[in-house]
Amino acid sequence: MPSLKTLRNRINSVKSTQKITSAMKMVAAAKLRRAQAQAEAARPYACRMGEMLAALAASEDGNPNASPLLVGNGKSQTHLLVAVTADRGLAGAFNANIAKAIRAKTKSLEAEGKTVKVFTLGRKGNDALRREMKDQIIGTKNFVGKKTAAFTDAEAVAQEIVRGFKAGEYDVVTLVFNHFHNVMSQKVTEQPLIPAAQPSANDNKMEHNYEVEPDDGSLLERLLPRNLAVQIYAALLDNSAGFYAAQMTAMDSATRNAGEMIKKLTLNYNRARQANITKELIEIISGAEAV
Amino acid sequence: MPIALEIISPEKLLLARDVDMVVVPGTEGDIGVLPGHSKLVTSLRGGLVDIYEKGALTDRFFVSGGFAEITESRVAVLADEIVRQADLDPAKAAAALEAAKAAYDAVDPANGDAYREASDKLIAAQGMVDAIAPGKAEAA
Repeated sequence: MPSLKTLRNRINSVKSTQKITSAMKMVAAAKLRRAQAQAEAARPYACRMGEMLAALAASEDGNPNASPLLVGNGKSQTHLLVAVTADRGLAGAFNANIAKAIRAKTKSLEAEGKTVKVFTLGRKGNDALRREMKDQIIGTKNFVGKKTAAFTDAEAVAQEIVRGFKAGEYDVVTLVFNHFHNVMSQKVTEQPLIPAAQPSANDNKMEHNYEVEPDDGSLLERLLPRNLAVQIYAALLDNSAGFYAAQMTAMDSATRNAGEMIKKLTLNYNRARQANITKELIEIISGAEAV
Repeated sequence: MPIALEIISPEKLLLARDVDMVVVPGTEGDIGVLPGHSKLVTSLRGGLVDIYEKGALTDRFFVSGGFAEITESRVAVLADEIVRQADLDPAKAAAALEAAKAAYDAVDPANGDAYREASDKLIAAQGMVDAIAPGKAEAA
């Protein structure tokens, strides 16, 4: 039986932990709202860009000189997985899920005889993967100390990826990130970046009657890297919204667990206290009887 | 009949309203867009997007390049950097122009992508400087 003092100390320490977790929950909730608003604000651009690209891509169908960013370079030997995670932890399995997905995907690709390279965005992904895959991680970038990822960050990453692709370092690029489904669930999502996702065959073919300036090829040449940046940016925003949601959920259940623990400890503490009183009474009474 | 104008940066929708005419700075030259314009997709150079309402110039925005999608009833300007012309900072613009010039001179013309990027940036910076005093630039 622990002494009264140790019990009292435990209760106090659990109480202060509970205060921290409940404060973190509030902070995460506030940040989630902001991250969601930001993701919402970025949607029109991504939406229009997607429409434009779909219209232009349809016209490139069957063109042997189509940009390799759009149709791929004809090979699929080396895969690049871009793992998007948060920079901080304390968010349940949020970051671990991405690491797990990357490991599983790597294993299945390697079983097919492909080479896999990894680019990590976010500190936690790098932390989780660098030990076992340190030869495969070709690049990493994190946003520690920044409030939110800015578009220029996404652009820099996109440029690096395009440069590597053009240099032939990899043939297929896939983005793996947590899609913010709702506050309770974030879904690990794989999104092909290169070759760009093809719009379904007969979707836009009839519609494309845009005039194009300067011309299809050079416009796509500009549009495709930009589109890559937009997709990465969208994933980063999705990731940060999902992260705060996961953190909020995790901190909520931590707060609840701490409450239960306090209840249990308080019960033990009271029992011990009463047992002590009873013991003292018995001692006094038996002492009086002996006289 | 008005035309619906949207000016969108990657971060947010900056402006969405019905206007009478828009002039966008296409890479091949300025394009004046009236309602009923044929469908067109163009890339943009750094320059001014001019908004006309009721026959008068009512608003000017500087864009640093991007794309415009034009349909009969809609103009969507997708730009990287958007600043209201009145908010442009001459000192910043001059500094950007210096930096762009230096980068342009440093890049190897044989390196196609980097060269194109540097020249785009130079045009955008020049566009920004010109945008601050459009009258002067046209006179010069």
